[in-house]
Amino acid sequence: MTTDGSAASVSAAAAPDRTDGRSLAARIVGSSVGDRIYIAAITGFALCVPLLLALIFYEVAVAGWPAFREFGFGFLTSSNWDPVHRQYGAASAIFGTMVTSIIALVIATPLALGVAVFLSDYAPSWLRQPVGFLVDLLAAIPSVVYGLWGIFVLIPVLRANVMPFLRDTLGLGATPFFRGPAYGPSMLAAGVILAVMVLPYISAVSREVLLAVPRSQREAALALGATRWEMIQKAVLPYARSGIIGGVILGLGRALGETMAVTMLIGNRHDISASLFAPGYTMASLIANEFSEATDDLHLSALMAVGLTLLVLALIVNGIARWLVWRVARKAGGTP
Amino acid sequence: MTRLLTLAALALAGVSGSAAAQLTGAGATFPYPIYNKWFSDYAAKTKVEINYQSIGSGGGIKQIQEQTVDFGATDGPMSESEMSKAKGGPIMHFPTVLGADVIIYNVPGITKSLKLTGPTIADIFLGKITKWNDTRIATLNPGQNLPNTDILVVHRSDGSGTTYVFTDYLATISPEWEKTVGRAKEVKWPTGLGAKGNEGVSGQVKQTPGSIGYTELAYARQNSLAFAHVQNSSGNFVEPTIASITAAAAGAKLPPTTDYRVSIVNASGKGAYPIASFTWLLIYRNQADAAKGKTLKDFLKWAYTTGEKSAAALDYAPLPGDMTKRLIARLDSIKTP
Repeated sequence: MTTDGSAASVSAAAAPDRTDGRSLAARIVGSSVGDRIYIAAITGFALCVPLLLALIFYEVAVAGWPAFREFGFGFLTSSNWDPVHRQYGAASAIFGTMVTSIIALVIATPLALGVAVFLSDYAPSWLRQPVGFLVDLLAAIPSVVYGLWGIFVLIPVLRANVMPFLRDTLGLGATPFFRGPAYGPSMLAAGVILAVMVLPYISAVSREVLLAVPRSQREAALALGATRWEMIQKAVLPYARSGIIGGVILGLGRALGETMAVTMLIGNRHDISASLFAPGYTMASLIANEFSEATDDLHLSALMAVGLTLLVLALIVNGIARWLVWRVARKAGGTP
Repeated sequence: MTRLLTLAALALAGVSGSAAAQLTGAGATFPYPIYNKWFSDYAAKTKVEINYQSIGSGGGIKQIQEQTVDFGATDGPMSESEMSKAKGGPIMHFPTVLGADVIIYNVPGITKSLKLTGPTIADIFLGKITKWNDTRIATLNPGQNLPNTDILVVHRSDGSGTTYVFTDYLATISPEWEKTVGRAKEVKWPTGLGAKGNEGVSGQVKQTPGSIGYTELAYARQNSLAFAHVQNSSGNFVEPTIASITAAAAGAKLPPTTDYRVSIVNASGKGAYPIASFTWLLIYRNQADAAKGKTLKDFLKWAYTTGEKSAAALDYAPLPGDMTKRLIARLDSIKTP
């Protein structure tokens, strides 16, 4: 097993010599031809994934191009969606997608972090598994079931209790964000259901990252006299920051594309409104609602253009997330 | 062992195959319950399996244009441009049953059914009448204690034949609706929330006090929702019932050469319900496959004679008797090789 011996055997096998007396199987297994085939196959499989993404992008872009050609940049800035008069503008859908996703993250991130910190640092070890399992189970509930629960449970509660409380009791009705009649289906309702759907993703990733923080970090902080909460705040969370951001972005990705639960709760109205009580629209629910009955070519192309916009938005969001994580990791690596 | 498996496989193959043609169809969701019953009754009688996918009228039209199914089904008739895209030649529309859009509402405190006229409904859905105790509604309903609450309009968010019939009616009786909104399976609604599917609209209205919406009669009945009596072209306020919907088709007075791609909204006749419509099967005039063509004609003949009898039990209105006779005669126009 010397270096010389292995080098010699490699050079002997590299020669494409058919008369060296070994059987075919031994030759394929040991020779670099086999290695080359193996590497080619693995590379092929690996390239399939970006190739598939490029293909999806290409097909959606080609199908959506007529709408962009017809309406230009106005497709992204106009909220006039009128199939009868063949006018399509996706601004309300883009606005609704972003607002509901932001509401979902604002509600879900503190909750998920709370769950993660509790499970990693405060919970007794016999409690960790069951609670963690239950939180992860939230991710297994189908979207339609969330929508049904939203219609029958969440919306009545929002309409009767939460929205009047926010608007009247807390006086937030004076701001433009909580104004108007509380029908129930609204961007707030969609945001809340998205928060519930996104919470298990953020919580699962954060929990793993927090558990991966080395004990030495925690023990060092405690040794320096920090309280438990100070230890978490100053030693654990900064260490885990990039991973937590990664989890939040994962949740954001799910929120951007979520369709069924959102379309059942958002009110499906092409309006851009500052008020969270107002109904809105998202890109995914627009496509889901109108695609099966759209027969006009321009209508189909407009829906594909909305799909392309959603793809590009998801890519941009993921790009920003990667850049943030890279920046945080670089800064963390630079600190002494 | 392998011989036994091969014999078993062959036996199963022999049992599952049948001599009569299997048919596939796709399209409208509205008539799915009655088609389901027809197909299972027909299969019990003749062993012909007909497979139907309720993917929506738009999907049904696309599939029959591409000839990926043997027949399509739609709640809204095909337009000229859609017919011209059909790859197998001219398509014939055969109405099967009648459906109606009913105006459902959730107004706490009133005791009897509301009476509404066409222009009033148009103004509500245009957003011009915003409160339940508006004089225009109050004068039609004297003695009813209408509350001073906002009207919340609920419409369909997805495209549908139900929307087509409703907007067709509104465009017929309201020139402003025809100009600003138009008639289609999907429109830009001036006001209100969108809910997905008939069940979405019914659920939303049931849950939200002060709301008004439109849905098929079957959904309104099954959800025990109150629905309005609508004034027809003769001036009578008609309740949507099986009889009044069939009367709408009878009152349509179609010419003998009609291709049945007609709208029967606002039909004449004392007892006709004004927001009614056919639902159609789409069949190529020139059938490519002789066996399938014959099976289609036999099935339709059965549907028009026996099938229509089971329509009312499922909350669908059957076609009038003389219309089914003419349609059976019209089946002869389908040419098989």
